[in-house]
Amino acid sequence: MSVDILMPALSPTMEEGTLAKWLVKEGDTVKAGDVIAEIETDKATMEVEAVDEGVIEALLIAAGSENVKVNTPIARLSGEDSAAPSAPAPAAEPVVQAPAVAAAPAPISAASTFADPEIPAGTPMKKITVRDALRDAMAEEMRRDDKVFLMGEEVAQYQGAYKVSRDLLQEFGDKRVIDTPITEHGFAGLGVGAAMAGLKPIVEFMTWNFAMQAIDQIINSAAKTLYMSGGQIKSSIVFRGPNGAASRVGAQHSQDYAAWYGNVPGLKVIAPYDAADAKGLMKAAIRDPNPIVFLEHEMMYGHEFDIPDVEDWVVPIGKAKVRRPGNDVTIATYSRMVGFALQAAEELAKEGIEAEVVDLRTIRPMDHATILESVKKTNRLVTVEEGWGPMGVGAEIVARITEFGFDYLDAPPLRVHQEDVPLPYAANLEALSLPSVAKIVKAAKTVCYR
Amino acid sequence: MARTRKGEAPAVKADATGVNAFVGKDELLKFYQDMLLIRRFEERAGQLYGMGLIGGFCHLYIGQEAIAVGMQSIKVKGDQIITGYRDHGHMLAAGMDPKEVMAELTGRAGGSSHGKGGSMHMFDIETGFYGGHGIVGAQVSLGTGLALNNHYRGNGNVAFAYFGDGAANQGQVYESFNMAQLWKLPVVYVIENNQYAMGTSVERSASETAFHKRGVSFRIPGEEVDGMDVTAVAEAGARAAEHARSGQGPFILEMKTYRYRGHSMSDPAKYRTKDEVDNVKQTRDPIDHLKERLAAIGVTEDDLKGIDAEVKRIVAEAAEFARTSPEPDPSELYTDVYLEAAQ
Repeated sequence: MSVDILMPALSPTMEEGTLAKWLVKEGDTVKAGDVIAEIETDKATMEVEAVDEGVIEALLIAAGSENVKVNTPIARLSGEDSAAPSAPAPAAEPVVQAPAVAAAPAPISAASTFADPEIPAGTPMKKITVRDALRDAMAEEMRRDDKVFLMGEEVAQYQGAYKVSRDLLQEFGDKRVIDTPITEHGFAGLGVGAAMAGLKPIVEFMTWNFAMQAIDQIINSAAKTLYMSGGQIKSSIVFRGPNGAASRVGAQHSQDYAAWYGNVPGLKVIAPYDAADAKGLMKAAIRDPNPIVFLEHEMMYGHEFDIPDVEDWVVPIGKAKVRRPGNDVTIATYSRMVGFALQAAEELAKEGIEAEVVDLRTIRPMDHATILESVKKTNRLVTVEEGWGPMGVGAEIVARITEFGFDYLDAPPLRVHQEDVPLPYAANLEALSLPSVAKIVKAAKTVCYR
Repeated sequence: MARTRKGEAPAVKADATGVNAFVGKDELLKFYQDMLLIRRFEERAGQLYGMGLIGGFCHLYIGQEAIAVGMQSIKVKGDQIITGYRDHGHMLAAGMDPKEVMAELTGRAGGSSHGKGGSMHMFDIETGFYGGHGIVGAQVSLGTGLALNNHYRGNGNVAFAYFGDGAANQGQVYESFNMAQLWKLPVVYVIENNQYAMGTSVERSASETAFHKRGVSFRIPGEEVDGMDVTAVAEAGARAAEHARSGQGPFILEMKTYRYRGHSMSDPAKYRTKDEVDNVKQTRDPIDHLKERLAAIGVTEDDLKGIDAEVKRIVAEAAEFARTSPEPDPSELYTDVYLEAAQ
């Protein structure tokens, strides 16, 4: 009998990839452990090994094929020798299950179809991933200012753990793209010290979870020193990396730090959703003379968006953006949850509820005026964040809108957020814990008394 | 006379400039004046604290004066200094205005941070003084970052990062050691071993009490120095700085010293005997020791009276300024939180 070899998932978040090269041909005999193909994602190139013995009966996907979905049969192995046990499981390694079906829906990559008031009509646009938008922003600013440099784990030779720094080493050399040891506390401190002396470091944390090792330097040294020195010592530094929950990586690798850093005077905290904001805000962050916490999202890196194809695309820090207009309820959110909110708005529209989606973009300083303007129109507010609810970003928004817009509210605001537990690993529990389109729809209907 | 001793880390080029390099009379008199200024300043700070004019934490440098002063003498323009919260001595040695330092202690508008930093948080880019940091050990990573700046710019400058025997047990110190040697950063780590991390003696807190050896596993050379002997400090400092400046990477100096006062003003220092303290004061005092050196080259007590009077005047003036400078304007509350972006 034959066994299908399936397109393997190479990482917890991989959904598709390129079948770069076949290393076997039809009719070849393979045994377990033989490398049969090379697969590329936007993050990595990996080898696929056979896990069964047999003869390659057919290659189902041609070499060079792009966007091959995980679990698509890519080859058929005939197990003609009776010794080979029939294996219903995917016959390839590494076998990492793709994100479970129950996982949250993919963000709407067509978000750019919503009119962006900041981008004048007729501006030429191009498609780019969030990952490359961030990369381009760093590269452009490094070309512009030789005091800008990047340091972090795997940023140089490995080209970035998530490939955000791809090709930067090649262009700027190892003096300006610096691989550090795995010592977050230490290299964050080195970065701040260099910033105090006038350089403009970009410090990459492989994820923000690991920055908890370095949080003392971010807060006590970077955020407070301008004040403590009576304005003498500045720290123009960008701390950046993926934030929030990826997929199935468990509690210690899945936390949203927006509320944590948003609490600290002296820091600016940015959490973009799409590629245009990722690029424009990253460029603004690098130029800003203050310490910046730049919260990216791993699940967004691979998503393509339209971005203005202009020479110097910079988005001002501290300005929220109405992503979708609506008159019935305001949904205020940031980062990946913007996509969820937009999708929820589509669902709500089917039921006659027009939601206005406000993308905060910057957590601190928070542009509550834009939220307030929206609430004045809709009289109803739902906040959405990936982090925990208590003392969270939503709590802050609700406090401000209550303080400044109490008379405009027709219903108590509601907060959608991660359940008040560490993020579980099991696919079903993880999905239950995180915000979802359904939860947002339900909250929006509740504040509309529907 | 110089009482330095080589460490056991990779060999340091023994420098024959040694003993005689710093025995010029003028230089010794300058050492004397700078050390005396720190001592009298700190004594006065202790008084002002007792009078309620200085609040919060106040960590005095009395007993350790030779280190800041000796190291300052080998610093060149553009070199940076960074230390922890026992920082008054370093600021005075660096050349900051005693009036501004004392006024910062009293939290006044005339203070170097306009009263917003306090004893532990003062800075002065002009003299290369980068603080003044309240978190034990943080200045070691920051100081290594100053060295990264020097390396990046190729400016030939060295960063001097001071920390105590207590901070020497912090994890980030070793993360910094590793990167400093890996990248050959121009930094001199000056460990001021005053033998007590607050109330815990080095014997009770350190599995290896010879701190100059703490760089061995990173291949960073180290040297133990008599931190009560200002010329020994300067000589060792010159060797260490040369090592760092010439592109060979970091160097560790362990300064054996002693603080006469408690950890902070509120520390009664019951973890050590009065005899122990008195013994150091009588046998190892850095200022008395220097006076003996001066006497040996013919400088008498009478000759020093002019300096004593001048120091007294400077300290009195600083104290008066710190007492009379107004409190910061309430509008200062919201300044210096952010810088305006240029866009």
